[in-house]
Formats: sequence, structure tokens, C-alpha cells
Amino acid sequence: MTCVSIQDGSFILMPLIRAIQDNKQYLSDIDGFIGDGDHGINMNKGFTLCEEQLKAEPGDLSHGFKTLSHILMSQIGGSMGPLYGMFFSAMAKASKNKDTLDAAGFGQMLTAAKDKVQSISEAQPGDKTLLDVLLPAEESYRAALNANESFDSCLDRMSSAAEQGRDATKDMVAKVGRSSRLGERSRGVIDAGSASCCLILQVMAKAIKDTI
Amino acid sequence: MQKVINDPSKVVDEMVEGYIKAHPNLVARTQNPRVLKYVNAPIANKVGIVTGGGSGHKPAFVGYVGRNMVDAVAMGEIFSSPPAQMFYDAFKAADSGKGVACLYGNYAGDNMNVKMAIEMALDDDIEVKTVVANDDVPSAPKDALNKRRGVAGEILMWKVGGAKAAMGGTLDEVIAEAQKAISNTRSMGIGLSPCTIPEKGSPNFTIKAGTMEVGIGHHGESGLEVCPLETSAQMAKRMTDIILPDLPFGAGDDVVVLVSGLGSTPYMELYILFNDVEKILSQRGINIYHPYVGHYFTSLEMAGVTLTIMKLDDSLKACIDYECDCMGLQQFGR
Repeated sequence: MTCVSIQDGSFILMPLIRAIQDNKQYLSDIDGFIGDGDHGINMNKGFTLCEEQLKAEPGDLSHGFKTLSHILMSQIGGSMGPLYGMFFSAMAKASKNKDTLDAAGFGQMLTAAKDKVQSISEAQPGDKTLLDVLLPAEESYRAALNANESFDSCLDRMSSAAEQGRDATKDMVAKVGRSSRLGERSRGVIDAGSASCCLILQVMAKAIKDTI
Repeated sequence: MQKVINDPSKVVDEMVEGYIKAHPNLVARTQNPRVLKYVNAPIANKVGIVTGGGSGHKPAFVGYVGRNMVDAVAMGEIFSSPPAQMFYDAFKAADSGKGVACLYGNYAGDNMNVKMAIEMALDDDIEVKTVVANDDVPSAPKDALNKRRGVAGEILMWKVGGAKAAMGGTLDEVIAEAQKAISNTRSMGIGLSPCTIPEKGSPNFTIKAGTMEVGIGHHGESGLEVCPLETSAQMAKRMTDIILPDLPFGAGDDVVVLVSGLGSTPYMELYILFNDVEKILSQRGINIYHPYVGHYFTSLEMAGVTLTIMKLDDSLKACIDYECDCMGLQQFGR
């Protein structure tokens, strides 16, 4: 069974933090079309605070996600603070007290994160939110896992489903969040939350694949 | 960007520092730098009143912290909900053991953060109940009231909830009265120019010269339509035509009318609009029991106005008449 060590969480956390920092402007720009244009600013603020804290207090993967979750929930606010706060909190709990991660273990983390986000959000599939990435990504990962595909292959399926989910938000009309106030006028651009969610899942997948 | 600021990323923190120095008789710090409380909070045997929201709406939200009004406030970044931790810290600052009424506006971020904060408070045995303001008529149709956002009607909800708590109401009584206040309230706005979030540096929406956006939100959310700029009398007619049938308001009703500027519209224009609104209401036999005209709930330097009307019964009148003292609203007996 293929697995990776998660006793040092930096192999996922650091690429994740860098990806958000590198995409700060991109995320704010797409948010600016139909939202208030601060998505990249807020995400960058949270992930950068996490970077500083993890440099001072490094630890395993669960610790890294817990640190990130705590910062997002206590300092970031907006909608993305609680949504990603819950997302990473669930991942932290699902990876707690584990030395290694295999395909089934990552599946548990992903499903836990999906369930937690759904428990707090009013959004439904098709509402043009990050759920339109998270739901198909989790579903594809789980289908591949159930078909006994390799860890690598499960991650690939998750990544491509995430990307398709992100791109599909372009033709959707926003039903929740600030952009929903635009109604039909929200059509034609991808949702910023779906873009960051796709980025996060893909960077995680790549980091794990690079380590396998 | 023409602004009186230092570091654009620190505008909220520096505003809070200035506010504390300017109003030492009204507000005090808590352990959370983004949570301020009324100097005397928590008040023994009184239900605590908490609100919170994004910054950039002065006097809302911190400007309504004071005597017989809000006991503690959570202040987020510009136009962005405070995190759950901040709402939770505000609950702790306001609670005297009689419970906390969290009275806030209907926005996705605030809903999630308040929900999480309530879960955190349960662990401390602080009882928190909520009223979610949804007075903005153009933001959703009447059959989807729970999708409407909260705007300037929130001030009347705090006024009523704050008074009911000061009169000695239980948590359930305060919640019921505040809910009645917002259920009886309808608002809408007209935007004339955009506003700029300092950290962004440029407006992220436009309103062309010679036009106005009817039904605009407190963060520049698009409204019902963009049309050529009208006179104050035409705006008053347009707004009352949308607001009055929605509740509905009718002849013989006693109402509160609240006209608020959105930031850069001068007082002169607010009184011109109020004059036009009063004419329409008196023609329809609607009695203005208490008017409020001023800058009560703004959107940075946006130009434009909002009109809010609340239908009164005897208990709401008693709450509206009740004394209060805060930066945004001072009332010393009827």
C-alpha cells in the first residue's frame, strides 16, 4: 500500500501557503468581477499568518491544518474564514495521531472536510460556490478509491474533477453570497471561492504525488 | 484614491484606536482589540445586546454601542464579516448571565460566523439568541424574505432591542420585540457614486455621472435598475412606491421614518428628501411618529440615500421613545 509520512506537515502546508501567496492578485481580480474583490487579500493574510506561526512551531500535518484552521476562524472572517476554517479543521481531525497517509486516509480527510463545509454553508450544488468544486472532487476521489485505483490515480481524478467544477461555475448564476445579489449578471465569470478551492486541492494532490 | 489614511491595510485598527480616544465615556476595550463594549457592560440583570459586521458603515456598527443600546460589538475588516472568535468575544463582554441577543444583518459571512460563535458560547453556558435583519426590499422578492439583506433598519432593531433589554425584558422578550421591529421595517437605497475600499485603491463598481442605481446595497451590490438621475421628489416617490406596498403601510399607521446618507451626500440633500417623503406620507394619511434624518448607516464615501420606514404599535413606540446615548443616536426623552 502506497503511503506518505505526515510527521512533518510542511510538505503540504508550505506549497499550499506559497500557492495562495502567488495567486493573491488572481483571486482578488476574479472576485472583483462579481464580488468585492478581497478574496485574494483575505486568503493571503490568513495563509501568511499561518506561515509565520508554523515557522515558529512546526509539526505534523494535523498540527499544520489545525494551525491554519485556527487562524482562518479567529482572524479572517468574511465567508471564507469559516468555510476554509471548517475545511482544514476537519482535515486536521481526520489526520490526527497518524504517522502516514494512504489513499483511504486522504479519502477520509476529504470526505470529512466536505461534510463539515456542508454543515455550515447554506449553499447547494449549482449555486456557484466552492461546493461546486469540493463535491465533484470528493465524489471522483471516492469513486476511484472504490475502484481500487492507485493513490496517484485517485489524486489525479480529484484534481481534474476540481478543475471541471471550477470551470463549470462560469455558466452558473450565483445563489448565495454577495455575488448572488447580481442574479443573471453573475453569469460569465468563474466563482472566486471555487478557484481557490480548486487551487488548494490541486496543490495538495501535487504535494502528495511528489512525495510518494 | 483621495483618503485621509496611513497604511491602507490598517484603516480599521487605526479607526478603532481613534474611536476609543474620542469616546472614553461610551466605549471600553476588551481583550479582543476588535471588540469594544459599552463602558458599563455587562450590566447586572440585563440581557446583553451584541451586534457586529464589516467596517466601513460608520456610525454602524460601533457607533451604536452605548447606554440602552448595544453592549458589545465585533468589528470586521472593511465590508467583511468579523470572524466567529470576535462575535464570541463580544458575547462574553456583553453577558451578565441573563443571556445575549445578537442582532445583526442577513449576510452569508455573518450568518456563518455568528452560528459558529453561538456553538462556542454554548460551551461556556452563555445563552445566545439571534434576530437577523432583512429590511432591504429590493434585495429579494417578498416570497423570499429570508434572502433579503439587512440595511439601515438594523438601527431601529438595535434601538428597540436595546430599550427592551434596559426595561428589564427577558432574553425571549428582547428577541421577540427586536424581531417585531425588523419585521415591521422596510428599507431601500439609491446610489449616486461608488466607494473605494482602501486596500483595493479603486472602486470595484461604477455609477456613471447623470445616472443612479435604484435599490443599491450597502456594499455597492447591484440594485433593481440603473436609470437617469431624478429629482429628490421623484426619488421619494420611487422609494415609497416600492416600500409602502411591501409591508404594506396604510392610512392611519404611525411610523418611524429614517433617512440616512450613504456617506458623502450632504445633510442638506437628506432634508430635501425627507421633506418630499413627508409630503407623500401625509397625503396617504401615514403619521410620522418619529423622524430620524442623518448619516446613520453609510458605505464609505458612497453618495446616495436610504429610506427606512417602520410601522409602530404601542410597545414599539415605548421602545422608540426610550432614552439612549451612543455616538450614532442620542435621545433624551420624547
